[in-house]
Amino acid sequence: MNFKLKDIGPQLITVLAVVLVFGFFTYNAQVNMENRGIDFGYGFLSQESSFDVQFSLIEYDGSHSYFRAYLVGLLNTILVSVIGIILATILGVIVGIARLSPNYLINKFAAFYVEFFRNIPLLLQIFFWYFAALRALPLPQDAEPMFGISFLTIKGLFVPAFIWQNFNVFFYSIVAAIIAIIVIRIHAKKKQETLGKQTPVLFISIGLLLILPLLSFLIGGVRLSFEIPVLKQLATTSFIYEGGVSLPPELIALALSLSLYTATFIAECVRAGIQGVGKGQKEAAASIGLTPNQVLKLVIMPQALRIIIPPTTNQYLNLTKNSSLAAAIAYPDLVLVFAGTALMQTGKAIEIVSITMFTYLSLSISISILMNWYNKKIAIQEK
Amino acid sequence: MFKYLKQLFSLVAMVAVLFTFTTETMAAKKSKTLKNTQKKGFVRCGVSQGLPGFSNADAAGNWTGVDVDVCRAVAAAVLGDANKVKFTPLSAKERFTALTSGEIDILSRNTTWTLSRDADIGLTFVGVNFYDGQGFMVRKSSGITSTSQFKNGISACTNIGTTTELNMRDFFNSRGISYEPVAFEKADEVVAAYDAGRCDTYTTDKSGLAAQRTKMKNPDEHIVLPETISKEPLGPVVRQGDSVWEDIVRWSLNTMIEAEEYGITSANADSMKTSDNPQIKRLVGAEGEMGAAFGLDNEWNLRIIKQVGNYGESYKRNIADTGILPDRGPNELWTKGGILYVPPSR
Repeated sequence: MNFKLKDIGPQLITVLAVVLVFGFFTYNAQVNMENRGIDFGYGFLSQESSFDVQFSLIEYDGSHSYFRAYLVGLLNTILVSVIGIILATILGVIVGIARLSPNYLINKFAAFYVEFFRNIPLLLQIFFWYFAALRALPLPQDAEPMFGISFLTIKGLFVPAFIWQNFNVFFYSIVAAIIAIIVIRIHAKKKQETLGKQTPVLFISIGLLLILPLLSFLIGGVRLSFEIPVLKQLATTSFIYEGGVSLPPELIALALSLSLYTATFIAECVRAGIQGVGKGQKEAAASIGLTPNQVLKLVIMPQALRIIIPPTTNQYLNLTKNSSLAAAIAYPDLVLVFAGTALMQTGKAIEIVSITMFTYLSLSISISILMNWYNKKIAIQEK
Repeated sequence: MFKYLKQLFSLVAMVAVLFTFTTETMAAKKSKTLKNTQKKGFVRCGVSQGLPGFSNADAAGNWTGVDVDVCRAVAAAVLGDANKVKFTPLSAKERFTALTSGEIDILSRNTTWTLSRDADIGLTFVGVNFYDGQGFMVRKSSGITSTSQFKNGISACTNIGTTTELNMRDFFNSRGISYEPVAFEKADEVVAAYDAGRCDTYTTDKSGLAAQRTKMKNPDEHIVLPETISKEPLGPVVRQGDSVWEDIVRWSLNTMIEAEEYGITSANADSMKTSDNPQIKRLVGAEGEMGAAFGLDNEWNLRIIKQVGNYGESYKRNIADTGILPDRGPNELWTKGGILYVPPSR
């Protein structure tokens, strides 16, 4: 009994102290806000926001609620984070492998890229890409079409919009193809384990993914047409493209700078991971007759991934949090829309900042959980 | 990431500041802000991050502008020296939190007086030192001369956290025009983006447009459209709950405006002490006990006029002579066709 108390005593006191400190701050905040005539409450979330947002994934305008504005900001944050994570991962893996290349030029170029981009503050890079892009990109009326259908201009990237007929048939054909691929994969694995025969799963998968949707066009009545952006004159010297889909330059600049910056860190994780696999593994694999491709796929990468995943998770988290720098260049992310405009219009500083903090916390924890799950899946299975 | 940290820090700081203020509210029934200011020896004043004519710092760090002069007037009244002001540059987003949390005592930052701001968030507006309205700037080459020429798809650059965003929506909505709002956190980026051609128009208060135009690469290439789409009475703000301090700021501003009305300038203020007009004598501290109610001496208003000047002098020095808005428009005295009208000091 005595022993136990000694053990948990300090922890109890710590918890108590933390609770007391928080309680004290909360109480004081309450008293002072009352003295100053500031109401506390989350009721404002259902009020009409009455401000518009430049770019939104869901339907939104000023007649919607502040909560809807919060969702707009959150989705924009997630969008730029997801784009950033995908681009950073692709670039990071390529550069990480390039740094190990025996080719002097590739090797040094990759090293230069990593050292250059990771040592310049991110905010500076965001400003650079945004204002450099604004200065370098043509006005809408001067833009040269890319592939005849897309236009990259100072007002954004304008691409054709897809217009579907019977889209659901097309969608089901893809779902059917994916289910078929999963079934074939399981079957192929069993066949290899029992009979030792390999099935060309990759070719079958690609074939299925092409043939089923194609059939949906031929016999399912699916039609696809494109709406190509058309130049429209607003005034003597001001133009805009109408129709199609437009990506604002703010999104492009932000995604570009976030991924270029984070890719340098991921590249280093990848390099460390590959170098962390013992040389003997590679030699042993080669000696039992595996081809160089098989060595990389079956021996090196599974072991390297275990080293790469945990630090890369950190980089994903950093990227997501860094996306809040968007406010500097007018990309309507959570911080700009919610902790910016909405905070200003309502004056609910404590409520909005706390919601924003918890949102980032939840985003980060979700990414952590996902990556930890993946990490566990590829970890050594003790049998 | 810094942004994220900054928010965390500001929350912690806010909570900490709130905590310090509990003890203070209990201490003084009179004006604790006045007492604190006199103890510190300077007036803590929140201003903009640089808006020529209103609050702008030169290379040497000297602040000038009509908003700055309000704080200087208060410093002259309560401390006897118009230079004893500590200026804190604030973004539109930070300004009210800085005031309610007690980081500053006067917010004189081209801030629009609206019902919700006055009522909701622990603030009190004390008056109007500039009557403004929102307008639009466009490139001359666009050929646009009126907002009626705006078409669907127009992109408009502006600042976040201002009434501008709301007015803009009302304006475009009521005309059924679809538009792309591009809202930046800081004015410098708005100007840079508009100047680069990102937006077809730049919208904010007209005085702000006139001031920012001077910062453009080629000011002559841009014009401010004639239409005004909103009422923007700009004025100084104080925290709710210290009515004496509120009165001091209000009457410091009123003194400047009334001094102009009676022709009292920084040059002739001393000689006005012997005037025959009792109203003039009251304004220069030669009659009545005009400072007692605030806990100030009798020459507080004389010091304002002598050190800062009357409203007309301030306007001329900061806004007219700098070429921002040579025409005073509504900011002329009521006796001269404007709408500046203040209650009498008596």
